[in-house]
Amino acid sequence: MIDWPLLSTVVWLPIIGGALVLISGDKSPNVSRWLALLVSVLTFAVSIPLYTQFDSSTAAMQFVEKAAWVPQFGVNYYLGVDGISMPLIILTTFITILVVIAGWEVIQFKPSQYMAAFLMMEGVMVGVFAALDAVLFYVFWEAMLIPMFIVIGIWGGPRRVYATIKFFLYTFLGSVFMLIALIYMYFQSGSMDVLAFHDLKLNHTEQILIFLAFLLAFAVKVPMWPVHTWLPDAHVEAPTGGSVILAAIMLKIGGYGFLRFSMPIAPDASHTLDWLVIGMSLVAVVYIGFVALVQSDMKKLVAYSSIAHMGFVTLGFFIVFMIMANPAATSGAELGVQGGMVQMVSHGFISAAMFLSIGVLYDRLHSREISSYGGVVNTMPWFAAFMVFFSMANAGLPGTSGFVGEFMVILAAFRADFWYAFLAATTLIIGAAYTLWMVKRVIFGEIASDAVAQLKDINAREAFVLTVLALAVLILGLWPAPLIDVMDVSIHNLVQHIGVSKL
Amino acid sequence: MQFEMSTFIPVMPEIVMLVAACVVLIVDLFLTERTRLVTYALSLAALVVTGATIIATAGDPVVSFEGSFVRDAVADVMKMGILTVTGFAMVYAKDYLVQQGIYRGEYYTLALFSVLGMMIMSSAYNFITIYLGLELLALSMYALVAFNRDSMGGAEAAMKYFVLGALASGLLLYGISLFYGATGSLSFAEVSAAIVKGNIQEDILVFGLVFIIMGVGFKFGAVPFHMWVPDVYHGAPTAVTMLLGSAPKIAAFALTLRLLVDGLAPLFTQWQEMLMILAVISLGIGNLVAIAQHNIKRMLAYSTISHVGFIFLGFIAGTDDGYGAALFYTVVYALTAAGGFGVLAMISRRGFDAENLDDLKGLNERSGWLAAMMALILFSMAGVPPTVGFFAKWFVLESIIRVDLVWLALVAVFFSVIGAFYYLRAIKTMYFDKPIDDQPLEISADSHVAMSINGVSMLVLGMFPTALYTVCRAAFG
Repeated sequence: MIDWPLLSTVVWLPIIGGALVLISGDKSPNVSRWLALLVSVLTFAVSIPLYTQFDSSTAAMQFVEKAAWVPQFGVNYYLGVDGISMPLIILTTFITILVVIAGWEVIQFKPSQYMAAFLMMEGVMVGVFAALDAVLFYVFWEAMLIPMFIVIGIWGGPRRVYATIKFFLYTFLGSVFMLIALIYMYFQSGSMDVLAFHDLKLNHTEQILIFLAFLLAFAVKVPMWPVHTWLPDAHVEAPTGGSVILAAIMLKIGGYGFLRFSMPIAPDASHTLDWLVIGMSLVAVVYIGFVALVQSDMKKLVAYSSIAHMGFVTLGFFIVFMIMANPAATSGAELGVQGGMVQMVSHGFISAAMFLSIGVLYDRLHSREISSYGGVVNTMPWFAAFMVFFSMANAGLPGTSGFVGEFMVILAAFRADFWYAFLAATTLIIGAAYTLWMVKRVIFGEIASDAVAQLKDINAREAFVLTVLALAVLILGLWPAPLIDVMDVSIHNLVQHIGVSKL
Repeated sequence: MQFEMSTFIPVMPEIVMLVAACVVLIVDLFLTERTRLVTYALSLAALVVTGATIIATAGDPVVSFEGSFVRDAVADVMKMGILTVTGFAMVYAKDYLVQQGIYRGEYYTLALFSVLGMMIMSSAYNFITIYLGLELLALSMYALVAFNRDSMGGAEAAMKYFVLGALASGLLLYGISLFYGATGSLSFAEVSAAIVKGNIQEDILVFGLVFIIMGVGFKFGAVPFHMWVPDVYHGAPTAVTMLLGSAPKIAAFALTLRLLVDGLAPLFTQWQEMLMILAVISLGIGNLVAIAQHNIKRMLAYSTISHVGFIFLGFIAGTDDGYGAALFYTVVYALTAAGGFGVLAMISRRGFDAENLDDLKGLNERSGWLAAMMALILFSMAGVPPTVGFFAKWFVLESIIRVDLVWLALVAVFFSVIGAFYYLRAIKTMYFDKPIDDQPLEISADSHVAMSINGVSMLVLGMFPTALYTVCRAAFG
């Protein structure tokens, strides 16, 4: 089992499976659905050993695979995971199963293409997390856009074309400058090995420029204020499955990029410009929180809340530099990064659950407007219970996973500066406000209309998906230790690395 | 001048092609439209046999015919590219020609003669040889553009192409005559040596160079010598646009390589600056104006112009890496373009030329396979990984950053992002819009197979770019 190329299997199994689903065609939709489910479950099963056989006592890359790809340019097919990327890979394979189930009978138009797109996207996203070669990373990073572009464009809402082209071009623009930075570093280091980039000596100007190129790519992806405007559009127009993948996984790729590229490659520039990222994060947390408050569209509201939550992630990452610069705080720098990571995984579950819940309502009434609903609890009690639970988690209720990450980041922020922590903590109030107010208007109250009165409660399929997510949110909230243990050494190593100046 | 048999071996592929073209011309005289399949088969066979001859006679670089003809690895790579791409185009063209009622043998004969012209350009080693090859290509193309004689648009396009093409040839010849006057020779090697000696006034050389660059710019369709491209692409029958928009780019690459790199290398700094201007404005104008096009043939024409900008970047780098990357880019682009126009030819039918973006609407619902192939082709043109277009762009950018022209690379990627928009718009039309035309597509088996190879090769070459790149790069030592 040791020599079996486990990571490659997790990358290519869903891609090849997706191709098979595509070929299976739409003559018998159930064949493609079951085939897609089989592939996604198999992929998840194959990804489990990544966790069970993971050695959490080392920060070195594990499950490494390396083969020459374009030798003239020092490009290798180089895969490997550490404690930072491994949890995100499992998250990807896990969420994909739910997406396949969630799209089961909802998608009637060309279901084989729908399922194939998600499977291929899964493989490519795992590839992004596992790639240790810059070009391989870039190829996966860009390839990810193609299936998402198609998913939003074919199965999306009325303004889907605008949304999907905006999504594609925004991300494309962000990433081409990253390509230039990667090529530049190739000339400095003589290889496209990301780990070699980490040790590459770069002067301050180089670091600043490289950092900005990366910032453009990752900030668009996260997305950070002010380059977040594509996200509400994409989320609103995307089909439920698309929104889930977008929020649960794709946004994480931006956060992951900061940890894998920006911070270790340009630590001095990250330090010099930490105020910029922290400022953007705090704007996201506070301002975007208020923006979420006034939304009348449920999906848009959750989309804005995603931006606010991802603000926490980037805040957690970059507060590290402030803590290290603060002579009063001798330890605890790791807490910020850890909090950010926990927040990413937790947000993966919660945002997926929120979008799936909204999807449940949308499939019944074909409206995302909050005002179309009211009193749903009377007709859909089971669903209401789930929705309230996930909303609490979204608001960061202790006991749910939403609390752990936010709390860790706020704690870390305290060690840097009281006011950062204060601003970050406002999210506990604003977040509760916009989420719970939405719940109040949608779930509780009098039955708003005849349509709501005729709603049927969730079926077994929907209940299964929501239960699994609810368990995940609870387990991570009550007992986050397994996740934190896995990434502890890698984060320790990362924080030590970025603490050493490259100048 | 003494002729020995060994002199002829390097030119064997050209001889085979010439003989084959003549055979096709004569055999076709005895055929009717129902038996024209023979012409088609013979033409494809001619391409295959010529390709086999190239492989069989490949060897060390040889200069023969008193220094007017060179047979080296670059020439072989370019010729193989030209033959392959033309082969694809011919397969796609057949159904289209039948449907449009212009299924005549001259299409194949002229195409084969144009291939011969391109092959001669690839191997030219003095100014006259290259000019002869160029004219053979151009004359075949003028006639092909007007191939549908009942089409007003075709006639207009041919007239424009002819007048402007003749002007460009004149400019090129004038430039060549200046070099001849200054150096007393037409051979690339001798002209190059004479310039290096440095006895010649630089003004004359630069003056001549300007005219040569104009000729090159025109043949490539670089801004500001691009005005003919959209009109001719649009006016010509799609089967001809396919020939015109694909393999001749490789020939234009050959023209640039032979004239500037082999012949006028000592003037590198001068032509580098000129190409820089052409490249930047081609990238800009090509990508921006393409957005405004709703006729997809015109859109692809402007897209060609922007790709020419990228090809020039490889020359601007002025290194073997750069030339290798540019060659890779050109070959890949020619293959991509043949496929793109091929799809247009396939969705046309009797009395209906698919040429507007709207004609692509709902292609995914009409034929998921054809839409997928077109999507791969368009993503490759946009340079999105994992298609091969990404690697083509990356290799060129790499070579240009290596010579510290980072600003040029930034300009190129900036316009690529703008360019991505109109490719995406075409994909959007295929996938997200409802079809307005429900006629079932009739695609013959040979087109089906060829298009599958062509489309999937975008992906396969994108995942395994090493082999083709090694060939392109190795050609430059």
